[in-house]
Amino acid sequence: MFEGLSEKLSGIFDTLTRRGALSEGDVNVALREVRKALLEADVALDVVRSFVDKVRARAVGANVIKSVTPGQMVVKIVNDVLIETLGAEAEPINLDAAPPVAIMMIGLQGAGKTTTTAKIAKRLNEKMKRKVLMASLDVKRPAAQEQLAVLGRQVGVDTLPIIVGQTPVQIAKRAEQAARLQGYDVVLLDTAGRTHIDEALMQEMAEIKAASSPHEILLVADALTGQDAVNLAKSFDERVGITGIVLTRVEGDGRGGAALSMRAVTGKPIKLLGAGEKMDALEDFHPSRIANRILGMGDIVSLVERA
Amino acid sequence: ARSSNSIGAGLIAIFTKRKLDSGMLDDLEDVLIRADLGVATAARIAQIVGKGRYDKNVEIEEVKDILATEVERVLGPYAKPLDVDTGEKPFVILVVGVNGSGKTTTIGKLASQFSGEGRKVLLAAGDTFRAAAVMQLRIWGERLSCPVIYREQGADASALAFDAVKAARERGDDVVLIDTAGRLQNRAELMAELDKIIRVVRKVDESAPHAVLLVLDATVGQNALSQVEIFGRVAGVTGLVMTKLDGTARGGILVAITDKFHLPIHYIGVGETAGDLEPFTAREFARAIAGIEG
Ligand SMILES: Nc1nc2c(ncn2[C@@H]2O[C@H](COP(=O)(O)OP(=O)(O)OP(=O)(O)O)[C@@H](O)[C@H]2O)c(=O)[nH]1
Ligand SMILES: Nc1nc2c(ncn2[C@@H]2O[C@H](COP(=O)(O)OP(=O)(O)OP(=O)(O)O)[C@@H](O)[C@H]2O)c(=O)[nH]1
Ligand SMILES: [Mg+2]
Ligand SMILES: [Mg+2]
Repeated sequence: MFEGLSEKLSGIFDTLTRRGALSEGDVNVALREVRKALLEADVALDVVRSFVDKVRARAVGANVIKSVTPGQMVVKIVNDVLIETLGAEAEPINLDAAPPVAIMMIGLQGAGKTTTTAKIAKRLNEKMKRKVLMASLDVKRPAAQEQLAVLGRQVGVDTLPIIVGQTPVQIAKRAEQAARLQGYDVVLLDTAGRTHIDEALMQEMAEIKAASSPHEILLVADALTGQDAVNLAKSFDERVGITGIVLTRVEGDGRGGAALSMRAVTGKPIKLLGAGEKMDALEDFHPSRIANRILGMGDIVSLVERA
Repeated sequence: ARSSNSIGAGLIAIFTKRKLDSGMLDDLEDVLIRADLGVATAARIAQIVGKGRYDKNVEIEEVKDILATEVERVLGPYAKPLDVDTGEKPFVILVVGVNGSGKTTTIGKLASQFSGEGRKVLLAAGDTFRAAAVMQLRIWGERLSCPVIYREQGADASALAFDAVKAARERGDDVVLIDTAGRLQNRAELMAELDKIIRVVRKVDESAPHAVLLVLDATVGQNALSQVEIFGRVAGVTGLVMTKLDGTARGGILVAITDKFHLPIHYIGVGETAGDLEPFTAREFARAIAGIEG
């Protein structure tokens, strides 16, 4: 499909023998293919539109470097705008607050919150030498609290003891207290999955935030998400103000356009990537890598960069 | 009116009949793209809607109806209930899919439905990989008073499936639901495990599994096509269940999937409790995609 895009783009421009500035007509033809490619990569429609406008503004009149074709030039511009939109600077998890620093994990059902909570705990504990406590506030999904407890034992991180019958807000308060009294640096709060139109659960989420004043609120989302990515990211962000995004299942064969959608509508950084079920499958975010997946034309990009 | 931003113009556009033109078809295509049908399928359906109607006066509501009818026409033949009364006893159902799509929960819902209809159901905790996956299914079993065959985490999933089918046969159960660990379809070694589960189950009953259900998350976009293709090839998927349609995702990728793979669609998941499973109906699904309320 994307090999197809690169061929089409070169095809369109190969018919143009002249070199020099890109004309609006040439660019528009190319952008029609780019639009299609972005949609096939699951970038949300509205995000595609503003993205294409941005590329058009930059491409029309741009001077084509002698050794590359106009098609390759457009690909390079698309790639650059992609990286800018995704956020060129890496923004790691911020622990810059008085301990215990609370980090709250939120997202749709099955997105990977519990798994990611344990992965982050392991990383903070092993690489950054922090004393970490995890607490599951999920009183809804069967065995959710046990799941986090099992993972805690696997990665050697403490979990808050389970007390049956407590509400999520009560657990959040108990976690903060335990972390403070027992000298933990970080307390990770795993919450139940919720759809962003479930008003009762969205309200609950806001109450958890109020009770625990988290320094980071991370939206965990599936990298395979389709057009709904904008709705969910916007809703979660509007409701509690997320501080960052973690994308899971990036090792799948999806194009990962949701990354662009969510970053574009919230303006919040993608902080980490989940790339597997195992506890060490957590990666830092590299915008160029995601850009390359969405566009699937890394060869052309590096060719132009070398030119 | 499309190029105007004034509210008045927008209202007039909605309430006056308009000539069906390419601008209107582009708008329709956008509706479909937003529902995850994908560019090609969206374009094809919008084209069908336009055929023979160009330059005719239509109202937008009318066009949406035509749109829904076209989508329904694609899906209709594949809306089929899952028939477990085929004379196979036990009727063995293997449930597969990517991580977190809703397999275990769907098994709980199906078990609830089948036992409600008076069938004897056995659950097999075939996800021996994920933390507390066994316990998750056992809690569902307790809730529904369905026995669960399980082993400790890390045990061999195919051996567990073998035990379960054998036990069901000895106990005279009607249905066995086998849970499996979530896996991404591009992980060949994990997909090979699924193939092994099937081969081992056939040692007990050559005709098993009698149904292989692929559970798809409605929130997932174009990747669902690849899920259907590869799970279909490796595990011989016989039918689909789409979960999480209680959110805002419309699951329109099912249209593209149906176009290409012609698999029956059995159920949709609309929540997290035992009762939140509904038969798939093409009409309702199509109307939701077209953005028709109610
Ligand atoms: N392949 C892959 N699987 C993942 C990744 N992250 C999580 N998972 C899997 O996705 C499934 C769901 O993960 P959970 O951590 O339980 O998701 P959750 O968001 O806590 O789910 P709920 O609490 O039910 O809302 C599990 O099978 C995980 O092993 C990832 O990066 N890659
Ligand atoms: N809103 C909603 N949530 C659902 C639906 N089906 C399942 N879920 C939730 O999605 C999450 C994942 O469901 P599971 O049944 O554990 O998914 P799974 O495919 O077994 O996951 P793994 O075994 O980890 O691969 C849980 O929180 C479920 O409650 C549905 O139809 N609607
Ligand atoms: Mg969880
Ligand atoms: Mg499961």
